[in-house]
Amino acid sequence: MASPATVAPDHFVDLRGVSLTYGEGDSETLALEKADLSIAKGEFAAVVGPSGCGKSTLMRLVSGLMPPTTGAVFVAGDRVTRPLSCVGMAFQNPTLLPWRTTLANVMLPLEIVQPHCRTFRRDRQKYVRMAEDLLASVGLSGFSSRFPWQLSGGMQMRASLCRALIHAPELLMLDEPFAALDAFTREELWSVLQSVWMEKRFTVIHVTHDLREAVFLSDTVYVISKRPGRVVGRTSIELKRPRTLDDTYGHEFNEYVHALRRRIGEVRAQ
Amino acid sequence: MKPSRALETIMPWMVTIGIFIVWEVGCLAFNVPAFILPRPSVFMEVLFRLYDPILHHAEQTLFTTVIGFALAVVFGVLGGVAIGASSWVYDSAYPLLVGFNSIPKVAVVPVLVIWFGIGSVPAVITAFMISVFPIIVNVATGIATVEPELRDVLRALGATRIQILFKVGLPRSLPLLFASLKIAITLAFIGSVISETVASNEGIGYLMVAASSRFEVPLVFAGLIVVAVMGVVMYAIFAMLEQRMTRWAFRDGRNG
Repeated sequence: MASPATVAPDHFVDLRGVSLTYGEGDSETLALEKADLSIAKGEFAAVVGPSGCGKSTLMRLVSGLMPPTTGAVFVAGDRVTRPLSCVGMAFQNPTLLPWRTTLANVMLPLEIVQPHCRTFRRDRQKYVRMAEDLLASVGLSGFSSRFPWQLSGGMQMRASLCRALIHAPELLMLDEPFAALDAFTREELWSVLQSVWMEKRFTVIHVTHDLREAVFLSDTVYVISKRPGRVVGRTSIELKRPRTLDDTYGHEFNEYVHALRRRIGEVRAQ
Repeated sequence: MKPSRALETIMPWMVTIGIFIVWEVGCLAFNVPAFILPRPSVFMEVLFRLYDPILHHAEQTLFTTVIGFALAVVFGVLGGVAIGASSWVYDSAYPLLVGFNSIPKVAVVPVLVIWFGIGSVPAVITAFMISVFPIIVNVATGIATVEPELRDVLRALGATRIQILFKVGLPRSLPLLFASLKIAITLAFIGSVISETVASNEGIGYLMVAASSRFEVPLVFAGLIVVAVMGVVMYAIFAMLEQRMTRWAFRDGRNG
């Protein structure tokens, strides 16, 4: 299968000369400097870089939670000026609500986002089925009536992914989603995320500092320099899908990881 | 070692009765006169003998306390939401609030008497003033400490501040609210009794002041016991409500 990056790159997400400055006066810090980034529709893009390079800033900019200081962000051809509801988000911390069951947590976005919130009460059964199906697709069938604290860390993360995907967003933003998990659970979730993505083909921006994770999951890896963050590298990962955990021990896979590791090393040394 | 369930229920009673026995025996052994420190058996006897008038005063105290407390819950939750949700309100109102809470409420009662006269109103207001602060602070904390990531998730979905408040802020501050209610209800009793001792013809506070001016110390202690019992009962009611409404916050205990 050809990587979607090579097919019709119609620039679903487009950053043009985006800079962001925090604070005022002496405490002013440049978090992101003249970032140019184009991500095609259906592309799985990973953003890697040393910590404190403004990766999370990038996420908040793209989702419209924060306006850039200079430059412009375009999503689906429109300039981003306010929070985008076509975005789903998940973070390192699963942030599930402890007083809601897993099912109710996953359905939370439907109570808020248009157009679902208007028909939520009437079509409740339909939405419950939707959520149950989504939970099943990440291996959580049978856990929908459990509370978050009755789930393991990996299961909470799966539920958090479901919450990010329930309103069928066109763009999924992941901010180091698997960083707090143990190595085995993390690799398991790579496969889960890959299969969900291959089925639904939404666009993904995945912020991580795990290079193996970036290579395993993404079509394109962007390297960002340390503060002030600049996009200093772009690598297409031409491994066929679905990728398996066995692939991660193959020669080709490790070539990619090595090359990225070297690039990051150079960036850190600057 | 964890004590058994039956022992856990019976323990508080055993300890209370034990203290009363030590008290009783101590007073007898050292021959303490009743107008200095009455024995439990003496003031319990007074409690039963003067059951009707004490009940009347207790009802008055309970009434003013509950009204003052109810007002404190309403204004405490509203104030807490306002302070927790807006950093502007927080910055401008918080110092005033802390200052207000530092004022000894007993010093305010005479002013209240000038404004409202003697009776239930100063007691209700004192109970309100003393119990509203912990409620405001706790609700504000719950609202202000919503995880920023979660706020981002909801804001990106187009949630309004009101929606974030109702879906996340208020539910997550419930355990804090109930914790503060348990403190506030006992404080409310203190407030109403203080006010009654200064400015009332009714209530346990009035009863105790009247009794002590006649050196009827056993009656004073009977009054103290009545207030304590009412406080414990109200506390227990809110502890029970807390268990029911915020079960999720007590996950590692018996409900897990």
